[in-house]
Amino acid sequence: MKVTLFIPCFIDLFYPQVGVAMARILERLGHTVVCPEGPACCGQPAFNTGYWDESREVAIKVLESLQGAEVVVIASGSCGAMMKVFYPELFAGTKHEAMARELAPKCYEFSAFLVNKLGVTDLGARFPHKVTFHDGCHGLRELNNKRPPRELMAKVRGLELVEMGAAETCCGFGGTFSAKFPMISTAMGEVKCASALETSAEYIVSCDSSCLMQIQGLIDRQHKPIKTIHLAEILIQQ
Amino acid sequence: MSDRDNMLARIREALSVAAPLPGHDHATARETPVLSDIADQRRVLPAVGQSFDEQLALFRANATELRADFRLLNGVEALAAELNGLRVAEGWQRAASHSGDLTGAACRALGLPVLLTDQAFDKRELAACDVGVTGCDALVAQTGSVLVTSRSSGGRALSVLPPHHVVLARRAQLVPDLPAAFALLKAKYGGGYPSMISFITGPSRTGDIERILVLGAHGPKKLTILCL
Amino acid sequence: MSTPAAQFNQDARRLSADLRHRQTIQTAMGKYEVARDQRKVAFQDWQAARQMAAETKWEAVNHLDRHLEQFVRNIEARGAKVHWAGTDQQARDLILGILREKNARVIVKSKAMTSEEIHLNEAMEHAGYEVVESDLGEFIVQLREEPPYHIVFPAMHLTRDEIKDVFQRKLGDAPSNNPEELTMVARRVLREKYLQADVGITGANFAIAETGMLSITENEGNARLTAALPRTMITLVGIEKVLPRLDDLALFLPMLSAMGTGQTLSCYNTLYGGPRQPGETDGPEEYHVVLLDNHRTALLADAEQRDSLHCIRCGACLNVCPIFRNVGGHTYGTTYCGPIGAVITPNLRGLDDWKHLSYASSLCGACSETCPVKINLHHHLLQNRRNASRQKPSWWQKIAFKAFAPVATRPALWSLVTKMGRLGQKLHGLVKSSRLDPAYAWTKTRDLPPIAQQTFKEWWRTRS
Repeated sequence: MKVTLFIPCFIDLFYPQVGVAMARILERLGHTVVCPEGPACCGQPAFNTGYWDESREVAIKVLESLQGAEVVVIASGSCGAMMKVFYPELFAGTKHEAMARELAPKCYEFSAFLVNKLGVTDLGARFPHKVTFHDGCHGLRELNNKRPPRELMAKVRGLELVEMGAAETCCGFGGTFSAKFPMISTAMGEVKCASALETSAEYIVSCDSSCLMQIQGLIDRQHKPIKTIHLAEILIQQ
Repeated sequence: MSDRDNMLARIREALSVAAPLPGHDHATARETPVLSDIADQRRVLPAVGQSFDEQLALFRANATELRADFRLLNGVEALAAELNGLRVAEGWQRAASHSGDLTGAACRALGLPVLLTDQAFDKRELAACDVGVTGCDALVAQTGSVLVTSRSSGGRALSVLPPHHVVLARRAQLVPDLPAAFALLKAKYGGGYPSMISFITGPSRTGDIERILVLGAHGPKKLTILCL
Repeated sequence: MSTPAAQFNQDARRLSADLRHRQTIQTAMGKYEVARDQRKVAFQDWQAARQMAAETKWEAVNHLDRHLEQFVRNIEARGAKVHWAGTDQQARDLILGILREKNARVIVKSKAMTSEEIHLNEAMEHAGYEVVESDLGEFIVQLREEPPYHIVFPAMHLTRDEIKDVFQRKLGDAPSNNPEELTMVARRVLREKYLQADVGITGANFAIAETGMLSITENEGNARLTAALPRTMITLVGIEKVLPRLDDLALFLPMLSAMGTGQTLSCYNTLYGGPRQPGETDGPEEYHVVLLDNHRTALLADAEQRDSLHCIRCGACLNVCPIFRNVGGHTYGTTYCGPIGAVITPNLRGLDDWKHLSYASSLCGACSETCPVKINLHHHLLQNRRNASRQKPSWWQKIAFKAFAPVATRPALWSLVTKMGRLGQKLHGLVKSSRLDPAYAWTKTRDLPPIAQQTFKEWWRTRS
């Protein structure tokens, strides 16, 4: 099928390898991948800060560029939730409401797309390391994405998954929250890192690069003996 | 306009705009809520066995976990022996109770000076009693609770002021769950409710200091349930 | 005099970095979580129970006038006196009026968040009454002269040594730091107060319309004693606490206990339907019920957020909230803390002064997920943010987001910003983590990743 891949701003700028991995995986599975040129952001920062008019200016361009898409795969849980769950709320009562409602069922976060839509769990990947998984809040609670990443990891050869106690606890990123309340954000990140370190895992894996940016930022500053990696970067490894 | 009329007017004004039902999107909103009945509640609440024996076992298991002392007795005759055993073990000197078949028999068996709460009494005298012996309205298997009211159990203070509460119950008073307990209350008192109805679930407790469980915070430290 | 927002920031900064505080709360919450999860699993269908509870509360709140009238009719029929307090001032005046009329001297109280809300204790003490909090946690924080830390566990933040210390200082009686011994000290002191008290004041968890009764949930028995021994009893209750039917408690009592404390049922769940009735030999001769509005009707009028009035004050949202866990209850600086507090406080006390509580959230959604009555808490935080920025926009943020729109939607501009960003990052090294650093909020405690040599869009362009 023709898959429209939406790459959020932070993946484009900081973690392009995650988007590259996703595109290659989808093509390897025999699908055609297209990436809309225009929109670089789903509009979540303005939405979360309460500036819904300004958010709509960005989100309308996303709606327009995705109109007519067969299926939309979004490279992060938080942007996926924005488009699938929050666009209808953002556009409620406006002339774009119908477009937003039409888009929602077509949206999938990457791991959910593989498992729930394509029914694929084994990508022939190999990653002989001990890992623990961080459930990004939007992916977990707005998109119900607990199972798919785990089903995918179960099929990765050599991978040992050890769950951390605080897997479902927010890492503290929260978009602008991380800059508005940096001390609370940092404390939350520290709790997350401490829980991950307890598992003795080598890697913290997630489906959300924004979370990993927060966690890696703390790991680097505090010189913690653990690394972060996106699930797609694991799945591409043969 | 009175305070009452003012407030009610404000409420009515506020409610002039409808709010969507919870758990529903605006687009798919149902108009009216579903108010659960007993069958609905029984579908979702913790399961309770169907037979009397299962329910009794559940009550016993709950009571044990709650650190309540539950004893099954074979008739009023056994009551005397049990109570006297307790009297000696606990060192009771003075008891408090109310009139009733079982409580009457209990007080006679104990042979202690008894303060009866059926007439006006001095609360300081009640506070000086070692044990309060009461009847009850029901035992609830699902939760391990004792249901008392100010009418069936000697008032408000008797079951909570003395440091040891002894409940006298009959097997037939065992009900499966909370829905059944509320149905019983309606059937028994619907014409005129007592001013206090209480579900007692274990001896008094607190976790306010470092979340450490301590029994006997203000209410009774010990709860003994004697079931004939 | 600092603003609530500034005070919040100051306290949050201090407490987030306090590792001892972090550990204390983590430990307490860990124990709670285990018990709570056991209770949820015992339900045959927890999610269906939530939906049932949510719809019952919808009925109660959306037909509040009808249910409130029925409640009042039924409880007045048994001799209770009902008072309607539109504001906190009116509530205080009503209660002080009753105390004067009864020539009261000693007042014993069981836990009532509404009494915190209207600052009742201060008013009573100021008027010369002796007021004793009987709930152990409340008793402890009262001695320490601080507000409760958590709506269910007022003294959660204290160690046994701190409690021993205040007992020693204020009561002159603290044999050890053993929790059992400390509890027995409180028991002895309070027992005497129950017997001395002229008036007992309680809150209530639910007001049952069908039968005209107030339902009070507790573990210690202090509310039972407060309602049994003094000659006059007063219950202060928010108007939103109404439930339509007696049977509704069969669902709500176990759900409240499961989520509030991880218990099957709390130790005492008691219904009070009036003063001492004919034939009864104890209990208060007079029973006053004070119904409190205090801006609840304003929240009622907001159809979008009306369901925040469904709250049963179980505290579950506080317990799962990572912000609450890291900054603690006192930081919120207001009666209701945690997610529910962050939602209702701006609406009850003023959006402009209190909107920061709605902003101090990563919107993780754990609160909404856990709420037993399915209040859409984190969506309400978003709505508060929207309302706040409409009421009083922050111009620099508005401009920034407006400028972001073309950058985020036009490839040429995005490409330009990418290149400028790379240059900026090279220069950033000069000011990184210093006060001149524009990204200081982040770089004070965290490293920033570099912009990639080749961004995804740049790579994608090379393919086609």
